[in-house]
Amino acid sequence: METSIWRALLYLVGILAFAGVNAAWLGWCERKGAARIQRRIGPCEAGFAGLLQPLADGLKLMSKQLLVPQGVDGIIFRVAPVLAMIPAITSMVVIPFSENIGARAMELSVLLLFALASIGMIAILLGGWASGNKYAIISAARSVSQNLAYEIPMLLTVITVVLLSGSMNLREIAIDQQGGFWHWNIFRLENGHFLTMWISFIIFFICSVAETNRAPFDMAEAESELVAGFMTEYSSMGFGLFMMGEYLNIVVGACLTATLFLGGWDCPFGKTPGVWWFVLKIYILIFTFIWIRWTYPRTQIYRLLNLSWKILIPFSLVNLLVTAALIKVF
Amino acid sequence: MTVPVHLRHDETFVLNLGPQHPATHGVLRVKLTMDGEYIVKAEPVLGYIHRMHEKMAENGTFAQFMPNTARMDYLHALAFNHGWALVVEKAAGIEVPERAEYIRVITVELNRIASHLLWWAAFLLDLGGFTPLLYAFDDREKIIDLLERVTGSRLTYCYLRFGGVYNDIDDEFVAGTRDFIKRLRGRMPRLYHDLVTHNIILIKRIKDIGFVTAEQCRRYGATGPVARGSGIDYDIRKNEPYSVYPEFDFDVPVFTEGDSMARYMVRMHEMEQSMRIIEQALDKLPGGPVMGKAPKVLKPEAGYYYSAVETARGSLGHRLVCNGDKNPYKLKLRSPTFSNLSLFGEVAEGMLLADALAFMGSLDLVIPEIDR
Amino acid sequence: MGLVEQTQAALAELFPEPALPAAPAGEGDQEAPPRQAGVVVTDAARHGSHLDVLCRPDQVVAVARVLDQDGYFLEAISGVDWLDKGQFEVIYDYNRLGDEHCRVTVRALVDRNEPAVPTISGVFPAADWHERETFDFYGIRFQDHPNLIRILLPEDADFHPLRKDYMP
Repeated sequence: METSIWRALLYLVGILAFAGVNAAWLGWCERKGAARIQRRIGPCEAGFAGLLQPLADGLKLMSKQLLVPQGVDGIIFRVAPVLAMIPAITSMVVIPFSENIGARAMELSVLLLFALASIGMIAILLGGWASGNKYAIISAARSVSQNLAYEIPMLLTVITVVLLSGSMNLREIAIDQQGGFWHWNIFRLENGHFLTMWISFIIFFICSVAETNRAPFDMAEAESELVAGFMTEYSSMGFGLFMMGEYLNIVVGACLTATLFLGGWDCPFGKTPGVWWFVLKIYILIFTFIWIRWTYPRTQIYRLLNLSWKILIPFSLVNLLVTAALIKVF
Repeated sequence: MTVPVHLRHDETFVLNLGPQHPATHGVLRVKLTMDGEYIVKAEPVLGYIHRMHEKMAENGTFAQFMPNTARMDYLHALAFNHGWALVVEKAAGIEVPERAEYIRVITVELNRIASHLLWWAAFLLDLGGFTPLLYAFDDREKIIDLLERVTGSRLTYCYLRFGGVYNDIDDEFVAGTRDFIKRLRGRMPRLYHDLVTHNIILIKRIKDIGFVTAEQCRRYGATGPVARGSGIDYDIRKNEPYSVYPEFDFDVPVFTEGDSMARYMVRMHEMEQSMRIIEQALDKLPGGPVMGKAPKVLKPEAGYYYSAVETARGSLGHRLVCNGDKNPYKLKLRSPTFSNLSLFGEVAEGMLLADALAFMGSLDLVIPEIDR
Repeated sequence: MGLVEQTQAALAELFPEPALPAAPAGEGDQEAPPRQAGVVVTDAARHGSHLDVLCRPDQVVAVARVLDQDGYFLEAISGVDWLDKGQFEVIYDYNRLGDEHCRVTVRALVDRNEPAVPTISGVFPAADWHERETFDFYGIRFQDHPNLIRILLPEDADFHPLRKDYMP
């Protein structure tokens, strides 16, 4: 793949636009989705169907004062929200939107994505720690233990996909699944892999909900316990960046799920593959995130950790073993 | 999981939960001494919305205190109306016409359902489920519309009078109430139970958590759903019947587990029982006046009077001391959640923060009623 | 023997001298003869309690113990300020949880200048908050209370608002 300055610029602008639009308008989607689930209308005043609401919210947040509480570590306190946003945007670089759209197809792009996801966790830890607020510190501690617990089953399930495709390059993993939904990793017919892969998919999806701190696993910002968790002391765009970072993480999580399990840009019927299928898939996944959030109550931190250590990790280990055995046998 | 292996008393920090905190539903403050996420000591601090209603009672006449009663338990205001009306009627020997008694029961029970619906919504909000709140408010809105028709207000009712009620109910209210019962019965199994009660996350959150024993209830004077969730079969409507409650056939739901789930189930079943009472009352509704004869200026005989009613949260007692004057010499309000909350410190010890908050939600606190 | 008689008998053991049987309930009435300490049965339908116990302040703990053993619970503690008589009255309301029903009112009169009553929070933990509230509003000291501080009023308040001579 040749690299030219124009291509780099084009993708830089494209990714920033995609990230920005998603970060802003997913808030609108969430509010509209929640409203539909709750039999209300949701935002409807600003613009058509409230579409200008994110702009209004953004303007409001930007015009607020960024309060830095007394006695906190000012630098870390200011850096943390930025650190929450950057890895999420950077992750977009390696995501293949279609066969020809994708900034960079790196050989180890799966590994890179997980490395970046860990930085997002550190942002929460720093933000919570630097706030000097007890709720924020509890939230930060919870967030770290939660992310550590869920990265393990997540990686174990990703290994099953990597084994199947024989590559850690997201683009190649997607290309490997072309030609209709029976080729997708989740339903893969050949060699009976559909027996294990749907379990992988479910484990991966649960983990991605937990990794992005979404309900019912939103331990870090459990508002009825910890007020606003690590964001308690943040105002203005500090808060805004954390929110946008959270939405971007959801987008990255959905992109990853779509690429690893749902065939990337492939058409379910093997006809017209293209970027539209990819976009459709990620938004269906994002809608599922929203749907889950507005349906279930929040779980408990120890139940969450038990779920990971006692159920998901053993299951994903066995799953990995069976997948490897299937590959070896056939 | 409620008792940690070892609580280190020397490595604790103090967490001030409230007075401004999303989980305390008002201005309750709990001083928590924490070891990590475990609670070593919990100490509720009251009085942030104290308004000295008892002094107001002494300063005004008996009738002038009626609007105050609704400002304490704003969720089950009609029961507070009822309690005050009962104790004054007892003291002054005022007769209430039968139709008025029936109307009192119907409106108080409707209000009880509304109160339980709001508790349910707020409890789920404590547990992080936002959507049930709006479903419950949808139903509660119907009750409030009905009550607005007859009482003229939507939340802080001042509907009962000494010797009757302020306003008669009409056919539209009767039809609307029947419609509402039909509607809630239809929605209860699917919206309330399938979506929430049988949800595995909810069950795991509140089952086997926040145990209150029957003995604890007795020592702390806990009543209402808290006591009934701990296996104590005590409901003033049955045990010490007042008004026309003996004429209705209803059950007192009692669960013996004593955990948060038991208290949850008690309230869910109570809504159904309240609907049964309302239906029977509507069927039997007698004619006649809604106001009896009551003197313009009340001067009850000097003496000590006590009267209790069952509110949505437990036993509300009025200790009234009269000296023959036209205002109460002394009024003490025995509010149910004041006693129910007093066991929080003992039970919450050793719990995780999130569990303690779920437990607090299951106590159904209304802060203005605690602080009075 | 019903619950009311049973409790009456248990409580009567604390009072060696029998109470006047027909003591009028209206204690605030100046002309009524002062009632002696003891247990009397009152009209529950009219006054809301089955037994009325008037005791000396040093007897409230003993009465509470008897009622605790009989399975009663404490509903509330209220104070009354009898300004003309120079006395405070502390009223304890007891009740039973369960089928058998009996309400007991225990009253104790204390000197208004030196108001002190022993605490019953050792018997009923529920009394803890109720006694603090009575202290808050009347300034009645509950001796040996573990934590007798203000509960509803601000901690720096220097008044007791339910005293009849309180002027804001």
